[in-house]
Amino acid sequence: MHETDMTKALILTVRDWWESQLSHPKIDAIHLIVGQFTCVEPASLQFAFTVQTHSTFLEGVRLAIRETPLIAFCHTCQKEYKPEIGLRYTCPTCHAPMEDIRSGRELKIDHIEYSQAEIEASSTNYNIT
Amino acid sequence: MHQTFDAALEINLLHANQAGADHNRAHFDEWGIICLNLMSSPGAGKTVILERTLAALNQELKMAVIEGDMTTELDADRLRQYGVPVIAINTGRSCHLDSQMVSGGIHTLAQGYNPSELDIVFVENVGNLVCPAEFEVGEHAKVALLSVTEGEDKPLKYPIMFQEADCLLITKTDLAPYLDIDLQLLESNVRQMNPHVTIIPLSAKTGEGLEQWFDWVRTQVQPLQIQQVLIQA
Repeated sequence: MHETDMTKALILTVRDWWESQLSHPKIDAIHLIVGQFTCVEPASLQFAFTVQTHSTFLEGVRLAIRETPLIAFCHTCQKEYKPEIGLRYTCPTCHAPMEDIRSGRELKIDHIEYSQAEIEASSTNYNIT
Repeated sequence: MHQTFDAALEINLLHANQAGADHNRAHFDEWGIICLNLMSSPGAGKTVILERTLAALNQELKMAVIEGDMTTELDADRLRQYGVPVIAINTGRSCHLDSQMVSGGIHTLAQGYNPSELDIVFVENVGNLVCPAEFEVGEHAKVALLSVTEGEDKPLKYPIMFQEADCLLITKTDLAPYLDIDLQLLESNVRQMNPHVTIIPLSAKTGEGLEQWFDWVRTQVQPLQIQQVLIQA
């Protein structure tokens, strides 16, 4: 269950960001990008996230995972192709090995959706002026 | 009224592990050590290959081992018989070593020995073909092992491990005649995703291929030794 470790890393990173925000905004969703050519199973990540955020500032926050397909570039044919994970990785046209991966290795916290009370924001502005 | 916002983070999920791995590698570089990360499924022969390596290269290279094992020190005890420093890391229920665990191992090593005298540190990872491939520990090269009994389809099923490997040892070749394994197909399956990997078929039992593996280890250490000579000159 390496997803447990990855979730721990995810929570720590988001906590660092959240603590750096003076207003400690309410986080609504965390958007991840997970490539299909990684050792990460999105369902396990969702499960670990629900369990590990229980009773923390992230409880109930939506974890949105966007999967990216494995796409390789064949330099002989000068075109992209989709290797079939588990079956075949070579170029379907010229059978050259998969050397240049263009997509599918991502494991990224892309962005955080959060909300803040507007009144609070405008009153701050008012104080400054 | 609430307003919603987006904050772009674009941080790698393994950022913390990667930073720790870079830190470990900086230590190794400072001490003039080459670190090799050995990975395979359980029982492919990591420990016995290390035993053969320690026995054969003991006169010419100063070696140490950082040994990852889920609960026991069985493997570490086997390797200690060769008179080299062996640091055992019990990973508990974790299925791979991460850079933080190896950092702990490096610091323990540096307490008992002068690390500048070492040429090479072998990290024996936890037996697992999946996640060790994603968690760098600070190694200079990755060595994957696959035994002939596991079948030629494994590189297709666990592609990341085999795609990341710099060297692949096909172990237990003495058993190949008793199996239906197609070694050529196995090699071509690996080369589908990793055309430049060094592949060495070997047997710890008969000794076949071991010299080739020792030579590969020597070539990993050499660039560093040349560098040191240049610095001294």
